[in-house]
Amino acid sequence: MVRRLKTGPIRVLIAKPGLDGHDRGAKVVARALRDAGMEVIYAGLRQTPEEVVRAALEEDVDLIGLSILSGAHMALFPKILKLLKAQKAGNIPVFAGGIIPDEDARRLKKQGIRAIFGPGTTLQEIVTTAQRLARGPA
Amino acid sequence: MTGSARTPPLARAILAGDRRALAQTITAIENGDTRVSATLRALYPHAGSAPVIGLTGPLGVGKSSLLSVLIGLLRERGKTVGVVAIDPSSPYTGGSVLGDRIRLERKANDDGVFFRSMASRGEAGGVAASTREVARLLAAAGYDVIFVETVGSGQVDVAIRGIATTSVVVLVPHLGDEVQTLKAGLFEIADVFCVNKADLPGADLAARDLSELVALGAARDGWAPVIVATSTTRPAGIEELWRAIEAHEQFLDQTGLRVAHERARLSAEITDRVKDRVGHEVAERLDHDVELRRLLDRVVARKIDPAGAAEELFRTRYATR
Repeated sequence: MVRRLKTGPIRVLIAKPGLDGHDRGAKVVARALRDAGMEVIYAGLRQTPEEVVRAALEEDVDLIGLSILSGAHMALFPKILKLLKAQKAGNIPVFAGGIIPDEDARRLKKQGIRAIFGPGTTLQEIVTTAQRLARGPA
Repeated sequence: MTGSARTPPLARAILAGDRRALAQTITAIENGDTRVSATLRALYPHAGSAPVIGLTGPLGVGKSSLLSVLIGLLRERGKTVGVVAIDPSSPYTGGSVLGDRIRLERKANDDGVFFRSMASRGEAGGVAASTREVARLLAAAGYDVIFVETVGSGQVDVAIRGIATTSVVVLVPHLGDEVQTLKAGLFEIADVFCVNKADLPGADLAARDLSELVALGAARDGWAPVIVATSTTRPAGIEELWRAIEAHEQFLDQTGLRVAHERARLSAEITDRVKDRVGHEVAERLDHDVELRRLLDRVVARKIDPAGAAEELFRTRYATR
């Protein structure tokens, strides 16, 4: 369709799939990405995978960030990746943050989650990674 | 005919209901990407006359929540809805957090709603042209009713009147005494006043202050703003709100004002576009064009004043007579 000019600000969707209500992390990350000049579409709590994908497509984002602390990541993340592919939007990079055990993180990365941030990650690291993922290899 | 061979494929995709094509074209409009010009030109005749409902008011009055219940009401009635929700960009970093989707509740997989968040990206006037373009695009894509949600902080943000066919100003109790309602700006642009959070104490007083305002003022073009009390938690007053909006839309049709207003809006849009274009061009030339740099040098050296320089520039470059 329209090949994007790289002149507009990076648009990123921040969403919390599933049922946990711990959104402080997502809000802090949203704020950091905003301060890095990005347009952050904050979709908020309790999003179904379908809602996440729908929002990503309507908002035409360059990047999707998922925050999860419920432990349901092995069910929800692959579903989101699958739905994106089904919509021919598998090229939108997805990163994640939250409480995700190393073994799960390895498996999720193999399935296509591009970066996973655990506790202790600096905001600068998240911002830099988000910029790199959104703009692709220079 | 939509299948004309000369219609660009992207325009055909949008007319056929391709949501991704629509979303990507909106991005291109926001970025000023001229590669979609032919697409927009082809879609312009399809934009028709869908009502564009502006929802404006201060931060936190419940615009997004109202929008969500209004969308619910319209979906029950079989109407499709396109939404542009605008939040401010940071003047420092250009970044923004667009949070209007949070309140959006809709049935899973409902293709009858298209919701797009937009950042204001710079000055309030600047967002006007691209918002108009996006609202037209949503109408061309076939959405029956278009909503444009903006923050109206008070006396300045009246740009919504240049976009919407019906402007709803959303307020809440305790925003201030009746002197606030005397101030120019936000209180003048309403076709419909919505006193939201009417379950809170003080809602009666707010509605009374507004009705005095309306009673005092001369009705603009023969329309006296309607005041509706709403609550989204219960919810209450939502049907009345939609009825008031519809009444204003019918009024526009019955009086012929729809056409007159549209003409005025389009005239303003053309003027804005030319202004933008010339402004950019002059700014660019002041940096690079030797002659113009010399003109600027003379102003800096206090040889001529800025008004004189502007006059000279206009006379030599732009005046046709």
